[in-house]
Amino acid sequence: MTATTLSEGRAADRRAPAPARRRSAGRWFADTGWRHVVGVVFIVYAVFPIVYVLSASLSAGGTLTGSNQLFDTISGTNYAALADTAFWSWFANSVQVAVVTAIGTVLMGAAAAYAFSRFRFQGRRAGLTTLLIVQMFPQMLAFVAIFLLLISLGEVVPALGLNSKVALVCVYLGGALGVNTFLMYGFFNTIPRELDEAAKIDGATHAQTYWTIILRLVTPILAVVALLSIIATFGEFVIARVLLQSESNWTLAVGLYSWVSSLLEANWGLFAAGAVISTIPILALFMFLQKYIVGGLTAGSVKG
Amino acid sequence: MTDLQHPGATSATVDRPDPGADAATPPKAPRERRVRPDESPAGRYGPGFLVKLALMAVVDAFGAYVVWSAWVAESWVVLGAMVAMLAVANWVYFSRRTVPLKYVLPGLIFLFTFQIFTIAYTGWVAFTNYGDGHNSTKDDAISALLTQNERRVEGSPSLPLTVVTDGDALGFAVVRPDGTTAVGDADDALAPVEATVTEGRIAAVDGWEVLDRQEILERQGEVTNLRVPLSDDPNDGSVRTQDARTGYVFTPTLVYDEAADTMTDTTTGTVYTPNDEGQFEAADGSTLQVGWRVFVGFDNFTTAFSDSRYAGPFFQVVVWTFVFAFLSVATTFLLGMFLATVFNAPHLRGRKIYRTLLILPYAIPGFVAPLLWSGLLNRSFGFVNQVLLGGAAVPWLTDPWLAKFSIIAVNLWLGFPYMFLICTGALQSLPTDVLEAAKIDGAGRLRTWRSVTMPLLLVSTTPLLISSFAFNFNNFALIYMLTGGGPRFADASVPLGHTDILITMVYSVAGLDGSAPKNFGLASALSIVIFVIIATISAIAFKRTRSLEEIN
Repeated sequence: MTATTLSEGRAADRRAPAPARRRSAGRWFADTGWRHVVGVVFIVYAVFPIVYVLSASLSAGGTLTGSNQLFDTISGTNYAALADTAFWSWFANSVQVAVVTAIGTVLMGAAAAYAFSRFRFQGRRAGLTTLLIVQMFPQMLAFVAIFLLLISLGEVVPALGLNSKVALVCVYLGGALGVNTFLMYGFFNTIPRELDEAAKIDGATHAQTYWTIILRLVTPILAVVALLSIIATFGEFVIARVLLQSESNWTLAVGLYSWVSSLLEANWGLFAAGAVISTIPILALFMFLQKYIVGGLTAGSVKG
Repeated sequence: MTDLQHPGATSATVDRPDPGADAATPPKAPRERRVRPDESPAGRYGPGFLVKLALMAVVDAFGAYVVWSAWVAESWVVLGAMVAMLAVANWVYFSRRTVPLKYVLPGLIFLFTFQIFTIAYTGWVAFTNYGDGHNSTKDDAISALLTQNERRVEGSPSLPLTVVTDGDALGFAVVRPDGTTAVGDADDALAPVEATVTEGRIAAVDGWEVLDRQEILERQGEVTNLRVPLSDDPNDGSVRTQDARTGYVFTPTLVYDEAADTMTDTTTGTVYTPNDEGQFEAADGSTLQVGWRVFVGFDNFTTAFSDSRYAGPFFQVVVWTFVFAFLSVATTFLLGMFLATVFNAPHLRGRKIYRTLLILPYAIPGFVAPLLWSGLLNRSFGFVNQVLLGGAAVPWLTDPWLAKFSIIAVNLWLGFPYMFLICTGALQSLPTDVLEAAKIDGAGRLRTWRSVTMPLLLVSTTPLLISSFAFNFNNFALIYMLTGGGPRFADASVPLGHTDILITMVYSVAGLDGSAPKNFGLASALSIVIFVIIATISAIAFKRTRSLEEIN
């Protein structure tokens, strides 16, 4: 079907290069109209589950069956009921963990990118290559070892053991360098080196150059890395599930999973309301970041 | 900004440091010039130096605390690692020769501890039998065996006993048959102590607080579980109580002979000797429950590949992992590319709205979507069966084949926006001259697309397709949340199902959620298998993209 429409479109193009307004409805459809049809069909496909969860969160019943009639009832009971659960402490945990991880990631990643971009030292190539290789192996692959490591660490420092949010942040920070340094390294390389050199001549130390000149110039990439890190940490499930054991310490991912996996039927309204609330911050960040994300996704690859 | 227009800024001599500031640093070979700080903050006690000093003081204080705790807990590996880290940190931040390291070190420490070390540790555990029944060292196993198999010594005297606390842990204060008093807790054996005795029972003792009736009732469980060793030799037994007033001596039914390294059961007289699998084994082949960690060589890998219980499911899981990862990439890429092509028409109205709405699924947190779909696809109450199919009872998530289909379908919903984004990006950056040349040569739209657009698109997106493959290869959250790996294989001896992929198999085998006995050794061996597969995929990716060449 696609092939024929495409070739018809080609024919229309060749025969009538006239302005769109004068074309007949048939030709308009062959050229542009079908794209709208495809667009509407796939928008329904993409958006329908989101509409459904909104409706389920507003339904008064709160059961899975009761949510099937879209926007049958509009009530805030599910949202109000969240206050009786541990939901808001999960939300706070997720936000805390995500924000602290993002700050740590940006500080450590930017510092490392600065060193790799501005200094020439022994082991620099080896370091960059190692980072490139390490980032191929997602941290979650070693979750058994992380679990065992935290058992041992917890015997020494309880705050770094199992069931600790601090330990979870530390584990996430272990993956910070591998994932983000390259993104930042590329951006740091685009800042003209003459700027640091001028600062150096004016008597600035390397630390002054870094904190007062370079960091200000790379603010866009810092923001992007921080937001990407927040999005990734907020949605992380495996490591949080393995490490956090008591309900009050769970993150949203672990908590909402527990609602759905146990007593699915009765908790559905709660889950829907929780899902909507946890989606809002990420959706907002995402819309804000959209153009950067597209740029970032393709920047590393489109060079060919 | 005028400062930046310094005449030296563009000249080749900028590397030459300011002579006054550099007096402290001796001249070096020209190659190292950039590395050397022209003026180290350590040399000028300015605010920056003070901040550094304060931060290092905090780090050192924390490190000293960890070293001390590790000493107390007798955790020598942690102690050694912490001392090494502290030494490196202090050297790096107070030396002038380590400028690049000053920037890299914090990230490096986290990277080493929580990523590189854990990968190495996975490799180590893969060759041991770490897991339920083999949780610790041989010494721990021996003392656990001795304490778990106890019985009251017949005819032993009853000891008048008082429950005491040192503020945190509970202890027992007893009056021995010879009239002497002693106190001890779970960790420290009974030791003689001066105490006030009233009515044959200890009423007060230095350094300990006597619990009153109410407090004993509140901590009843703790009191009845408490065992205070009689002496440092576990063979001597320990004091326990049921009523918090009278204690009895319990001795182990097992006796450990240190010289012969054997366990003897005093009731039956059976002698147990340690075997290669980290357990005490009797002549008739029976073993004691608690064992210890030993190296088992390639046993875990052999189990995965050839054990009758695991080999069958393991191969099914591996095949499904590859099929799932491949189909995930293929379906999402095809749909994403199709949509990107459709909306790449420059004169299409509302393109921006279409794009924004289409990428919505990508903007939803990764854990919400699979959970949401698990409800939509629910067999009895889900929206898909109830509303779209008018009350059908299609077992979307509980039939082996339909569950696989559902996973691919849900992943398509989740994943096509990403492919749509990258294909849109790639299409927009296609060189227009090539397209024009094709047009001039008389190629139609379809021909242009097949011979020019498509190859160029594949060249630029292949690296992302490979990393997407690697990601889906380990797409734990999707599988675990949607089907939990189910439906289960008919053979119930292993906790695996038809939609399990390797990473969820690792999780189930490790037994971290308590649904199966813990087997960290086998789980780590499976992780190593994943590492090898990912490494192979990455090597191919490297070869194709030559990313390494970009490092200069």
